[in-house]
Amino acid sequence: MEITRRGFLALSGALGSGVALSSLGVDLGPAKAYAAEINKMQRVMAARQVTTVCCYCSVGCGLICSVDRNTGKIFNIEGDPEHPINEGSLCAKGAGFFDLTEANKYRLRKVLYRAPMGDRWEEKTWDWALERIARLVKDTRDKGFVTRNARGELVNRCETIGHLGSSNVDNEECWLMSVACRSMGLVYIDHQARV
Amino acid sequence: MSNHYIDLKNSDVILIMGSNAAEHHPIAFKWILRAKEQNGARLIHVDPRYTRTSARCDYHVPLRSGTDIAFLGGMIHYILTNKKEFREYVVNYTNASFIVSESFYFKDGLFSGYDAKGRKYRKDSWVFEKDARGIPLRDMTLTHPRCVFQLLKKHYSRYTLEKVSSITGVSKEDLTKVYSEYSATGVKDKAGTECYALGWTHHTTGSQIIRTMSIIQLLLGNMGICGGGVNALRGEPNVQGSTDHAILYNILPGYLKMPAASQATLAQYLEKNTPKSSDPQSANYYQNYPKFTVSFLKALFGDKATAENGFGYSWLPKLDDGKATSLMHLFDEMYKGKIKGLFAVGTDPAVSSPNTAKVRKALENLDWLVGENIFDNETYCFWKGPGVDPAKVKTEVFLLPASASMEKEGSQSNSGRWVQWKYKAAEAPDDAIPVGEITIRILEAVRALYAKEGGACPEPILNLKWDYKDAKGRYDALKVAKQINGYFLRDTVIEDKAKGTRTEFKKGQLVPSFGMLGDDGSTSSGNWVMAGSFDAGGLNKMAKRGKDDPTGLGLYPNWSYAWPVNRRIIYNRASCDIHGKPYNPKRKLLEWTGEAWVGDVPDGPWPPQADRQRGKYPFIMKPDGLGALFGPGMAEGPFPEHYEPLEGPLTKNPLSGQLINPAIQIFSSDMDRVANADEKFPYVCTTYSCTEHWCSGALTRWQAWLLEMQPELYVEIGEPLAKEKGIENGQRVRVSSARGAVECVAMVTKRFRPFQVEGKTVHQVGLPFNYGWLHPKDGGDSTNFLTPTVGDANTFCPEYKAFMVNVTKL
Repeated sequence: MEITRRGFLALSGALGSGVALSSLGVDLGPAKAYAAEINKMQRVMAARQVTTVCCYCSVGCGLICSVDRNTGKIFNIEGDPEHPINEGSLCAKGAGFFDLTEANKYRLRKVLYRAPMGDRWEEKTWDWALERIARLVKDTRDKGFVTRNARGELVNRCETIGHLGSSNVDNEECWLMSVACRSMGLVYIDHQARV
Repeated sequence: MSNHYIDLKNSDVILIMGSNAAEHHPIAFKWILRAKEQNGARLIHVDPRYTRTSARCDYHVPLRSGTDIAFLGGMIHYILTNKKEFREYVVNYTNASFIVSESFYFKDGLFSGYDAKGRKYRKDSWVFEKDARGIPLRDMTLTHPRCVFQLLKKHYSRYTLEKVSSITGVSKEDLTKVYSEYSATGVKDKAGTECYALGWTHHTTGSQIIRTMSIIQLLLGNMGICGGGVNALRGEPNVQGSTDHAILYNILPGYLKMPAASQATLAQYLEKNTPKSSDPQSANYYQNYPKFTVSFLKALFGDKATAENGFGYSWLPKLDDGKATSLMHLFDEMYKGKIKGLFAVGTDPAVSSPNTAKVRKALENLDWLVGENIFDNETYCFWKGPGVDPAKVKTEVFLLPASASMEKEGSQSNSGRWVQWKYKAAEAPDDAIPVGEITIRILEAVRALYAKEGGACPEPILNLKWDYKDAKGRYDALKVAKQINGYFLRDTVIEDKAKGTRTEFKKGQLVPSFGMLGDDGSTSSGNWVMAGSFDAGGLNKMAKRGKDDPTGLGLYPNWSYAWPVNRRIIYNRASCDIHGKPYNPKRKLLEWTGEAWVGDVPDGPWPPQADRQRGKYPFIMKPDGLGALFGPGMAEGPFPEHYEPLEGPLTKNPLSGQLINPAIQIFSSDMDRVANADEKFPYVCTTYSCTEHWCSGALTRWQAWLLEMQPELYVEIGEPLAKEKGIENGQRVRVSSARGAVECVAMVTKRFRPFQVEGKTVHQVGLPFNYGWLHPKDGGDSTNFLTPTVGDANTFCPEYKAFMVNVTKL
């Protein structure tokens, strides 16, 4: 959803007044930082604004992502002042939300695989991984499937595969996982709601 | 939450117990402070440790970890002996007047029906006497010796100030101060609320702690009102939604019960789980259980679910009666070598699960592990963890890159049940895709194999409706959201006799309310509580951003969608007297005009209960329609009772002959060692988080700004204990329990003070649980090396908050 940016960002057009001082031997560190902020504010004003919800505790604070229209990349995330719960404010984690984007060098970007007895990750393609996972799931399920319990009751369950997580994905994803688990007959199903 | 975050501002007394809201829910705390600023609300913090929450409250009362029921039981005793209860509310809206069966009793810590061998109860004596029509007998004077009110009074008469003080370590003066201030809300125009978090759930008695508070809130008339309720400040962004959608062994989406092996047919399952009431004034809303169930099965299996095949019920997995398969059971079975494969999605159990050494050993028994996440963590890398030789670990591990929260569209539900829609801001990097898409693709691949090769019970896999991709073949969150809401599967006419309306819906339209679901296969709904999140025309109410607040109470009815049916405060009819007149005219949540309710969305359209013909009781989800001061729902008894933690400093429970909760399951592998009142581990220990890290730290430890603020593991030790042990602030120490040890920095502090318990000095220490070996390299490993594999008797929430340790200098 794109929303209209609030007026307060329009307040400062005073970029550049300190730039000419560099030749005079003045410490420009603070001035440059200030200029960078002004620059960012102008970029924010020109950006596509997309609302999201914080991914940490369960208060449900609103945030606004500023997305560069040319690159499609997020370059700033801040609290949504129109959100009735957080009214623009965020805690330390929420304020650092930007560090969850691809700007964080530790983000996983490729499918990784560790072979039995292996000591390292290898990069793989999605197709390769999906095919191998499906084979393992099917073989494990078929081998361990319990059609009837000791009392002869029909139970149709798989006791050899577990599924954990997650309460930090979206509702629609939760529902898909919940349903996928039931279709495979899994019963060892749990997540952070209990821990 | 029975209420919601903004509603905290409407309270007059806020008891924060089992939570450090200022540090873990800082934005929620803003609304707590607003209650103080705007209403002059009193803020009370009860917690073993002095925190930033304590600093902003009117006062802090320290109590020994694991003694909350004793503390709150003392409050019930205080309320009843000083007649502080809201009498009219208690008589009309709770089951205080019900007469309990003659066969019920309580003796020396045990209720009637205990089976010591099975560590469980037979509940057939925890019932009410009924008249010929099957309606519970009542004594509205509350004087019958077997009425709930008198039994409650008798049960908690043992929780005297002296006894409670000796158990909890709280002074009698502090107890009286909290009890008198909080119970002053038991009047028409005052509201008291309680905020808890993991500090209550992480105990072997966790559910019963919360139930004790619920009893207090019912006695004081604080349920269903603005500024009242029992409010869980939950710790994960969508833990409400993930619970609603049941990524849990014990329920199906919408809190439908997990089918048991003895329920062979749909009819048997529905018969067992559909509650009955003979009282015409009880709405008994769960009488609609068959509609919710059949609509769920239709959402699951589509056209393949027919009346003839019981809508596919037989394809669902069934657990043996009484069997639990929680996280702790999963790792216990994995440790025994019985679990071969594991999916670990957005989770790091090698840090977050109790008894880490056992968990990490168990992972080595897996044939395969599939991880899905935005960062690597200690679970996915267990094969190269401390002390593990990769050459000896057979497990195949897949680590699949996932989109971060702002890189995908979808909804999240906050603790106040607000379901908020969020939008995709950018593409995920490289090969990362949403978890929803990973789920779709894995099951598609499994399905293709079953279609080709056949195999064990292929029907539920092949018959599952699984078409949640858009035209480009990508995960389509909106399509899933609509399936969760549900559709009319035939042209349908809904008649509302009360309103005299008749509405036609076409096949393919969305169901605008769960009141319209059918039990005949005419509707689908992936989760009935969410039916109504769209209107029939397809408007997504979760995306609403209206800022109007007509009541002035902060309900914001047009911001997002709150389940059920956009009700912002549940049980809200209890905010009015039996004629529908608001108890508190200053905070008018709801009012009966004689024709209809105005205000919040009421808990049902029926007139208030004074109308003996058409009126209904307010607690519509309870079979009897009334708040249950006494009931059969809990594993360890109809009234909460204090038991010591699995590991504690005492050899005897000061209140009875039962030291620990008699209904908890004891895990008994060789790695499940326990040391109660053992001189080798003399200090009570608890665990917690900090503002800068989140849960296991699996997301936040990878972020430089946050890590700089909280770089490594520490243990907080009170000054007297540090002096006794010769430990100085900043020194490195070893904290050990019967199960394992961690090394960390000692933080010597005034925040922990020793308790006087049963005439002895008991020290308590505490550690955060946010660290693991993978990153940062020198940040310390999991605090859960210390914690035991044991959980609540009802929920199996692990007991992370009370166990015994030693601390030694390195």
